[in-house]
Amino acid sequence: MNKLKDTALSYRTELGFWMYLMTDCILFGCLFATYAVLRGSTAGGPSEAELFDMPMVLAQTLALLTSTLTAGLMLVAMHRKRSVEFKVWLGVTIAFGAAFFAMELNEFALLIAEGQSWQSSAARSGFFALVGTHGLHILVGLLWATVLAVVVHRRGFTQKNIRQAKLFALFWHFLDVIWIFIFTFVYLVGASNGI
Amino acid sequence: MFGRLSLDAFPTDIITIGGVASGGAVVLAILAFITYKKKWRYLWNEWFTSLDPKKIGTMYAIVAAIMLLRGVADAVMIRAQQAVLSQTDLNLIDSDMFQQVFSAHGTIMIFFVAMGGMFAFINWIVPLQIGARDVAFPLLNSISFWLFAGGMVLMNLSLALGEFSGAGWLAYPPLSGLEYSPGTGVDYWIWSLQIAGVGSLLSGVNFLTTIFTMRAKGMTLMKMPVFTWSIVTSMLLVAFVFPILTVTLTLLGLDRLIGTHFFTSDLGGNPMMYINLIWAWGHPEVYILVLPAFGIFSELVPVFSRKKLFGYKSMVFALSSIMLLSFMVWLHHFFTMGAGANVNAFFGITTMLIAVPTGVKVFNWIFTMWRGKVKFTSSMIWFMGFAITFTIGGLTGVMLAVPGIDFQVHNSLFLVAHFHNMIIGGVVFGFFAGLTYWWPKFTGWKLHEGLGKIAAWLWIVGFLVAFLPLYALGFMGAVRRLDDYDPSFGWQSLFIVAGIGVMIIGLGVVTQITQIGYSWLKRKQLKVNSDPWDGRTLEWATPTPVPDYSFAKLPIVSDRDAWWEMKHAKTKVPTKYEDIEIPKNTGYGVYIGLLSTIVAFSIIWHIWWLVILSGVALVVVAISSTLREKTERVITAADIIAIEGKRQRSVL
Repeated sequence: MNKLKDTALSYRTELGFWMYLMTDCILFGCLFATYAVLRGSTAGGPSEAELFDMPMVLAQTLALLTSTLTAGLMLVAMHRKRSVEFKVWLGVTIAFGAAFFAMELNEFALLIAEGQSWQSSAARSGFFALVGTHGLHILVGLLWATVLAVVVHRRGFTQKNIRQAKLFALFWHFLDVIWIFIFTFVYLVGASNGI
Repeated sequence: MFGRLSLDAFPTDIITIGGVASGGAVVLAILAFITYKKKWRYLWNEWFTSLDPKKIGTMYAIVAAIMLLRGVADAVMIRAQQAVLSQTDLNLIDSDMFQQVFSAHGTIMIFFVAMGGMFAFINWIVPLQIGARDVAFPLLNSISFWLFAGGMVLMNLSLALGEFSGAGWLAYPPLSGLEYSPGTGVDYWIWSLQIAGVGSLLSGVNFLTTIFTMRAKGMTLMKMPVFTWSIVTSMLLVAFVFPILTVTLTLLGLDRLIGTHFFTSDLGGNPMMYINLIWAWGHPEVYILVLPAFGIFSELVPVFSRKKLFGYKSMVFALSSIMLLSFMVWLHHFFTMGAGANVNAFFGITTMLIAVPTGVKVFNWIFTMWRGKVKFTSSMIWFMGFAITFTIGGLTGVMLAVPGIDFQVHNSLFLVAHFHNMIIGGVVFGFFAGLTYWWPKFTGWKLHEGLGKIAAWLWIVGFLVAFLPLYALGFMGAVRRLDDYDPSFGWQSLFIVAGIGVMIIGLGVVTQITQIGYSWLKRKQLKVNSDPWDGRTLEWATPTPVPDYSFAKLPIVSDRDAWWEMKHAKTKVPTKYEDIEIPKNTGYGVYIGLLSTIVAFSIIWHIWWLVILSGVALVVVAISSTLREKTERVITAADIIAIEGKRQRSVL
């Protein structure tokens, strides 16, 4: 009976979380749309091709993609009930995620230092809103992962923690997908416009 | 220390002070009464912390009812200004205040009255109709309510501290930008809607999951009651469009707070983008409100005609196609803003298309009544009023969908009359019909029918008197949001007629309050059993008052009108019960709602240290809310027998 209830609860929670992810997808869709409308409106400022530091962006991308792989490995460890392995992979995920976030903050700081903040033009506002919202999600994910690590350490693989770990992995993969779009439509398209 | 907040924030003009004083006095009186009666603990334990959707539904209804009174008061001020005050030397309401009044009227009516009323019905009825004891995420439901309540508090706080937005209910930039609205008004608008909007979005996800995963055994999608279907379509719209609102409000907020240039008129900003975004949310929003009203009528018309609903499948298809079409029409709100003839034609045609499924629904209701044994209860009078006023509104809507006509009457009182026809004639009448219909399930006693009928007639007649003149005024050139006009235009007599209409509606509201009060006094005489209307759907299968667990045994469904079928098949009431687990009360909903409100308040007033402090607290509380271990309490089989035993005596 209890097991049946847990299955029903897991199913329900996952469906609900998927729906939340889809609403988040629409949220990003709107930000992409605003960005696309405004990207040319630089008010005489430099174009994106002049601003983007592509090797850095590639490093960011690799960091995030690797963290997605390790999040997958974390789930594998969880299915095998290997607590230490789980915590190691979760730790690696957090480390790569944090590296991504640090690089993003660094990029923002450099842009502001060059006089291209969100106040400079509509194009920059759109850029900071889109990329910044993704970054904010990453920050939430990092916080979530940390709490998850502590909870699993204290309470072990309870049904609830297993659910939480799965949802976290879903969230993390989702952010990865969003980043792929940002990488393509913001950075690759932006950098190639100048050529 | 306190950002922009200083003594200047308090109101100085006589009308606002009067409003604040009387509103504040009522609030203080209620608080004092609760304290005097020592009811705080009861309220906290039984209501504020409750995760029972029935109780959350009641709280939504109370907030919505109070906000309705404020919204009506705003409407009275608008009409008083237009009919009388503007033509005299009395300068009671200046232009600045008039702008705030109509902005507040629209915002309150849509976000806090209509949305609140809708969520009241959803919380109460959907779990019961699908034979579920609970919603999918009970704590999330409570959080949604308290976010909604927090938004409501902020909205009303603007009366006493600072000012409200004067930029209309959708706050178009550049008027709503920092340059033209430097005060706190637009910030109040942004942040109270942001909080309430996030609450609605979470509710949308919650109820979709509830309906998709928690239906009674045997209830396939095409056996769901039409009200539940209407909620599926409405909540899908919520899930699709509320993220757009969140983004739009955030971007406008960023423009005002940190100097971005999304919607400014300098440095490349694009105000037109705001108008597109806000209507991509705003148009589906009105369908979010009206679809549940359609659902309510689809429940009560069959019950009071003693026939099953005519054309169930076509009803479901109509709901779904209205849902889909509502995404494709947003541009008709700004035909005049230069999109070009072809684009306008496309959106004009999609708009007209919506009339087709809507017409199907109206005919289905009428065919349901045809050859039925119709009982003209007050719910049915609301329905008949709806059928007429809503059809008038639909016709004028099709007129407005023709871009050529729209160029003539856009932004005029013709438009105002049209959408009030849809919102009052559709949503409000629907909610009142539903309130009368389900009231015995909510309370155990009926509302007084005689007074209910008088109220319905006063509303219907008052509505027609108040809004039909506006169509004429619109043709004569009167624009909306007008606080003064030249007497030589000859508009005053029609404005006075409209004002009389508002007074008749006001009498209707007074009658309704009297009706509820009088019925409460006479509740012993008006007491009814658990199925007073001879209902057809599962909510009537529960005992009244509905116990915390709703269903002692989860029902098994074989037919669309599940309860009707059970009654007539004389299904044996099972007597063997098992323990039931239901969610335990928790205060996290209140804490999260309260902290979000404090965050929003401090953003509005630029009190940055408080933003950080309450923001961190919010994160900590949110995390700890996920760490709760024992979230359920058990109701033992013995308790259930004690409660259900009583019920069998009263029903059978």
